[in-house]
Amino acid sequence: MNSTVNMTSATSDLLLLFFGVIAILMALTLLGEVLRARQGIEPNNPVLETYMTRVHSWWGIVLLVGIALMTGRLAVIILFLFASFAALREFLTLTTKAQADHKSLALAFFAVLPLQYLFIWMDWEGLFTVFIPVYAFLLLPIVSALRGDANRYLIRVAETQWALMISVFCLSHVPALMTLSFNGIDDRSVLLIGFLVLVVQFGDLLEYFFGRRIGKTKIAPGLSPKTWEGLACGVGSAILIGALLNWITPFGVFGAMAMAGIASLVGMFGNLVFAAIKRDRGVKDWSHLIPGQGGFVDQLDSVVFAAPIFYHLTRYFWSS
Amino acid sequence: MKLLRSFAAKVVGHTLRLFARFITAVRADWQGIEPVPRQRVYYANHTSNGDMPMIWAVLPPALRRTVRPVAAADYWLANPVRAFVGPEVFNCVLVDRRPEVNDKPMDKILEALDEGSSLIIFPEGNRNMTDDPLLPFKAGLYNMGLARPEIDLVPTWVANLNTIMPKGEVIPLPLICTVTFGAPVHVREGESKDDFLKRAATALSDLRPDVEQPNAAAVTS
Repeated sequence: MNSTVNMTSATSDLLLLFFGVIAILMALTLLGEVLRARQGIEPNNPVLETYMTRVHSWWGIVLLVGIALMTGRLAVIILFLFASFAALREFLTLTTKAQADHKSLALAFFAVLPLQYLFIWMDWEGLFTVFIPVYAFLLLPIVSALRGDANRYLIRVAETQWALMISVFCLSHVPALMTLSFNGIDDRSVLLIGFLVLVVQFGDLLEYFFGRRIGKTKIAPGLSPKTWEGLACGVGSAILIGALLNWITPFGVFGAMAMAGIASLVGMFGNLVFAAIKRDRGVKDWSHLIPGQGGFVDQLDSVVFAAPIFYHLTRYFWSS
Repeated sequence: MKLLRSFAAKVVGHTLRLFARFITAVRADWQGIEPVPRQRVYYANHTSNGDMPMIWAVLPPALRRTVRPVAAADYWLANPVRAFVGPEVFNCVLVDRRPEVNDKPMDKILEALDEGSSLIIFPEGNRNMTDDPLLPFKAGLYNMGLARPEIDLVPTWVANLNTIMPKGEVIPLPLICTVTFGAPVHVREGESKDDFLKRAATALSDLRPDVEQPNAAAVTS
């Protein structure tokens, strides 16, 4: 647009988005501090404290992702590669495994994970969409079987595959959005990452807020405190945010609302799936990597679930 | 030269600690005591050669500076690299396990305690390759508790290391390792050696995190 500054419209939109989010975070932080001050010396309100720790971890996520998005493709891919590494580490710490799986697990960490991100960097769509569900799915169990230990074999290979699908395959579809191009313009696809992460995470935040305020009917009692009322409000807010952010997408207003709603809804149910896994393994959080917040997977679960669906819908309906 | 060696030891120590943090995200869980600088004997389960560096890596700097792992001389003096890392990076108390040697391990241990050092010991004596959580303890822990009754004996459970780096594997798996510190035990008035060792072993195995249970059944290869 401005030839003297030599800034593309994508870069200026990205900057605008970044500072917009910073402004919202400042407002959210201020809101929490005001509520905290009003509550005075009363015992700590757990809902408020959870809200504040979430907002704090948000600052970290926004700064990291924002800087990576502005630095460029490679930075985004490396950032998500490390996120996948941390997520896979948390997941595989809790899965069933035997010494016979040592080589296949080492391959998962040190071969499958980097290769998946290499294929995304190479723009090799035909491979990164099938590499883990086909090649890793078939080859890693062979490596485990060669050691000749049949004890709980199916459980071991199935849980390893689940870990790879969630932590590497699904999560890698966030940076994979950068491989899409729209009407011959490919540098705007980086904005879709911002769109996806923002609608899903803000939807989550508001779902939590409204769920605590007006929530009554539990979706899955005994699994999660999530309520249908909170879910409806959360998805509704995500749709609204999607509409407001439609200028950074190729979707148009209604398309952006639909995509935001779908991503947010899938993300919230993904959150429920992760709650079931944690309950099954008898843990409250995936790890203690982020102080007071649990692990990487706790932070990313909804984005992880939404990413592949968001990617494929975008590709099918809008990509050129 | 001496200055250079101690500088190199510091650098290697930091590198090992960062490496342990990056690979296993190792973390301390202080359940029974606070991480305060007090003279203690941390006694831990032993499944892997990585156990001692893990405990060493999670201790806060003030505690790490005063802690000395008790380790086998035949292992740490086997080659020049180990002979540098063991005594100079980890500041090990090297003991000779051979029965024919005059140099009694307990004398060296008490000597280190009397200098004010805290210790890390592995009372099972050897790496545990069985499916049982712990091997029977050797008498050393009891003798320490008897000779220096004022010192806290702290049970220290290192979780997951047998999966991260099992014997015979070359590549460590980057899984999360947790080091859990329990409430200290002391030898009671008139308590027999066997009773005390049993009680100390229970205090240690009680620290096992629940998540290890489903896996434990699977590790019967």
